[in-house]
Amino acid sequence: MADLELDCKAISCPMPIVRVAKAVKSMTPGQTLEVQATDPSFQADIEAWARRTGNELVSFTTQDDVHSALIQLKG
Amino acid sequence: MELSQLPDELRAEIKRIIDDEVEKKTRGFSDALDQLRLQVEKSGCAGEQEDRATLVVFSGEMDTLFAACTIASGAAAMGMEVSMFFTFWGLNAIRVGRSFKGKTITEIMVACMMPGGPKSVPTSRMNMAGMGPRFFKYLMKKRNVEELPNLVELIQDLGVRMVACETSMMVMGVKREELIEGIDYGGVATYLEDAAKSKITLFI
Repeated sequence: MADLELDCKAISCPMPIVRVAKAVKSMTPGQTLEVQATDPSFQADIEAWARRTGNELVSFTTQDDVHSALIQLKG
Repeated sequence: MELSQLPDELRAEIKRIIDDEVEKKTRGFSDALDQLRLQVEKSGCAGEQEDRATLVVFSGEMDTLFAACTIASGAAAMGMEVSMFFTFWGLNAIRVGRSFKGKTITEIMVACMMPGGPKSVPTSRMNMAGMGPRFFKYLMKKRNVEELPNLVELIQDLGVRMVACETSMMVMGVKREELIEGIDYGGVATYLEDAAKSKITLFI
């Protein structure tokens, strides 16, 4: 179970990444965030976001067109 | 013959020569290093560049403004500092309305021909006398894409530095009270200062 869950379904680029960035601001280092999104560019974007911000993309799964990303904030 | 078998005097002399040579060689090396450091500092590369993106927003259509706002909000989400300079038609993105008070005839004419804000901007292609924007708004809503006025609000909320070009405001007769609150005003040097220290600069 992630420390915070974020529903970004049915919103398009750039909103999922923006929502993730906003959510992360309210979290503490080392916490985990689970994001669900349906935006087609979400996988490429969340991967780039994680690389760029130094946070870890622990897992990425897709089921029935819903992407689910688990992120661990850098400690 | 072993070194230890040499007379003390000779050994001391050899040691002195070696020390001298080593010192001479390394001194040259550290001098070169210092010079190199100085050169880098002079060229302004050291520490000058920030993790910043600077955008010139020149055009004022729905599609181009959408691209500009998307990139700006994305960059802010990626943890970058962002500056946006609104000039000429780009000013339409940050307008809150039209006012005719205290304007000259020509300024009123320009105000009449300009859209009153991001809600009513045309599209760069397929505008079809205003049918285009309505059609695209419908498509974007259907696809859950954020509307342009919301994106403008969003970038301000994300802490993007927004600067209105005062020269183009003067030319087009745009008053400060016609633009959104909380923005900066400036000219070309304001833009260049931010652009010079940015990793990304775009003209849209």
